[in-house]
This record gives sequence, structure tokens and C-alpha cells, in this order.
Amino acid sequence: MVLTRQDILTWLDEVKDPEIPVLSLVDLGIITDIAVQGRKVKVEITPTFVGCPALDVMRQEIQQKLLTHGAEEVEVEVNYRQPWSSDRLTEKGRRALKQFGLAPPPMGKVLVEDLDVLAHVACPRCGGTHTELKNPFGPTLCRSIHYCYDCREAFEQFKPV
Amino acid sequence: MNELALKELLYKLADDKLIIGHRNSEWTGLGPLLEEDIAFSSMAQDKVGQSQALYQLLHELGEQDPDTVAFMRNAEQFHNCILVELPNGEYDFSLMRHFLFDTAEAIRFDMLTQSSYKPLAELSVKIRAELRYHTLHANTWVKKLGSATEESISRMQSALEAALPYALGIFEESPYEQELIDNGLFAGEKLLQEKWMNEVERILNDTQLRLPAWSDVQPVYGGRVGRHSEHLQPLLDEMSEVFRSDPGAEW
Repeated sequence: MVLTRQDILTWLDEVKDPEIPVLSLVDLGIITDIAVQGRKVKVEITPTFVGCPALDVMRQEIQQKLLTHGAEEVEVEVNYRQPWSSDRLTEKGRRALKQFGLAPPPMGKVLVEDLDVLAHVACPRCGGTHTELKNPFGPTLCRSIHYCYDCREAFEQFKPV
Repeated sequence: MNELALKELLYKLADDKLIIGHRNSEWTGLGPLLEEDIAFSSMAQDKVGQSQALYQLLHELGEQDPDTVAFMRNAEQFHNCILVELPNGEYDFSLMRHFLFDTAEAIRFDMLTQSSYKPLAELSVKIRAELRYHTLHANTWVKKLGSATEESISRMQSALEAALPYALGIFEESPYEQELIDNGLFAGEKLLQEKWMNEVERILNDTQLRLPAWSDVQPVYGGRVGRHSEHLQPLLDEMSEVFRSDPGAEW
């Protein structure tokens, strides 16, 4: 059996972000290149945040998944040639985030200039913007903490970066 | 390209991040507000992660692996500026140091996105974006506390005066400074310091804090060439205690 790039993508879509289990690595946008030679595969990934502690787990899961599907050799290289930004999240990924209760990041705000971008994030539950930024830092590096005055509940956003 | 100059640059960048990251992590569980506890802990995680990526670049140039380099060197082998190794003190000092240091970091990594050493330029694009959250955090609090109550203003003023001589020490030049500039690796500490002074002035202008005349501030140098304060070795001893107890352990 010859492996194709599309096969690899389909299988990697089954590997989830260990910190946000509704999001696949493909939807997360961290897969930057795939090279297939016969049954040897090289996958290039780039972390969402440089200090992301989930990176090693993701690397192992990629290897395991592809080996299970018949790859003979899997190399995972981490580099910053195409640095990750929140604009790399796919549409499907954004919908999954919202269903998970995490507000998706706004598009095109790669270099956040001031906190206004975060000030009135739409609540993932009610969609309202009567919200307030509580903390640009959250439970993981990629999330900020907000409060919705309509739902009267806190929520998190996947940060634009 | 002079590889020694490049390595010295990378060590300086990585060591600054590792040491300030460790100091930030000392606020975990002790922050004055839960939000601040989370903020300093998150910045710690960012900085230590960024240091690891920079040590990885060094590893690719033939240096030891990141863990060994981070945990097995002694104080005189570290190239960080003295500012980052100073104890956290009270929250006012930590915050002021964070502001002065991260203002420089943000500009430094913006400059480094133009580095002729491609792996560093690529990584710097990423680090620059992450640092945006650190400077936003610092600026917000310096502006708030720098114009709030009499006590907050006077505490922030004292912290500013205590930190400034060390902050100027950030810009101690490398023994290879001219080569770094000529080779396009880094545009140099002088230019960085100039941009930093402008930015510090701009932010502090929105507060009631008074910046002394720059010429009255005596820079504290030495960190970049391994002459550190008495505070670095105890920090390293604590940071590396577990690693050194069994360097070959698999985690």
C-alpha cells in the first residue's frame, strides 16, 4: 500500500489536542508540512506557544497514529519556519472551539496591539458582547479569562496571537 | 559568520529568559491576586519555554542539550543580565522589573526578526507575538499603580529607582558586538537601548512616576560576562536541585 499526503491528513485529523480534546491537530493548524516517501513519513509541526507543554505528547501521538495505520517510519520535526498564529485555526476548528465553550480568536489580529481586542469578546454561550476581560492569562498558555454579564458566568477565549 | 559571536548572543537571550522565568515562577501560589498569580505563572511558562527553544538552537550548533545547559552550569557560566536574577522583593519591584525588562525584550525580539541567522529570525517572529501579552500586562499595571494612590505611586517610584541601574545593565555590550552588527545577526545593544528609553518614557508619561535623568543613572554591568550578584548561584542551586540529584533520570 502506498501512503498519500491525504491519507496522512485524514489520520492526523483523528489526533486531538491533549488540552482541548475537541480540536484535531489539523484543525489547530500546527501541521505545517507532510512529506511521504513510500511508507516513510515526515511531519513538520509548529507549536501554538513556544512553551506549550503538550508538544511532546502531540509528537508521540502523531507517531503512534501513523505507525498504527501502516507507516513504517515516522519523523516529526518541530520548527518555526511557518510560525503558528491563531489565524491558522480552520473553520471547523473554530466551530468545535465554540461548541466546547471556548470563544474562538478573532481573525487577522496576529499582533495584538492593545487589550481592546480582548475587551468585548463574544460569549461562546449566548453570543453577546456584554463581556469583560478578566485576565489575558488563563489556565493554559493559549487561553484568556472573560466574564459575560448576560449569562453571568465566566468563559475562556482561545487567545489571538 | 562568527559562530562564537552567534553562540554568545543565543546564550545571552536564553539565559535572560530562563532566569526571569524562574523568578516569575516564584510568584506561583503567592500572587497578591489570583489573576496575578496566574499571570506571573503563565509568563514563567512562556519564558522558560522560549529559553528551551533558544537552547535548542544552541544544541543544533553543537552545544550540549537544553537540560544539561540549563541545569549543569554554574553562575559564572551564565550570560544573563543581573536585573533578572535579583530576588522578587515585593510585588512592586517584581512588577517594575517586569515592565523594564519586557519592554526591552519586546523591542529586542522585534529587531531579531531581521537577524541574518534564519532559525533565530523565525523563532523571533513567534516570540515577538507572545511577548505582546507580557508587555500589555506590564503596561496595564504600571499605568494603574503609577497613578492610583499615594502609597502605590510612592512604592512604584522606589521600585523604579531601585531597578533602573540594573535595567541599564541589560544593554551591556557583547565582546563580539561589532561582529554581530556587521554580520546582521543583531542590530546591537546601543540601538536597542535608545528605542527602549523612548518606550519607557512614553509609558511612564501616562503615570505620576518621575523618571530620573538618564545621565544620573549608573548602569550595573557584569552579568553578560559572568560576573553576577550573590543572588544567582542560590537560584541555580534551587532550580537544578532535582535535576542534579539524578542527571540521567528519564521523566
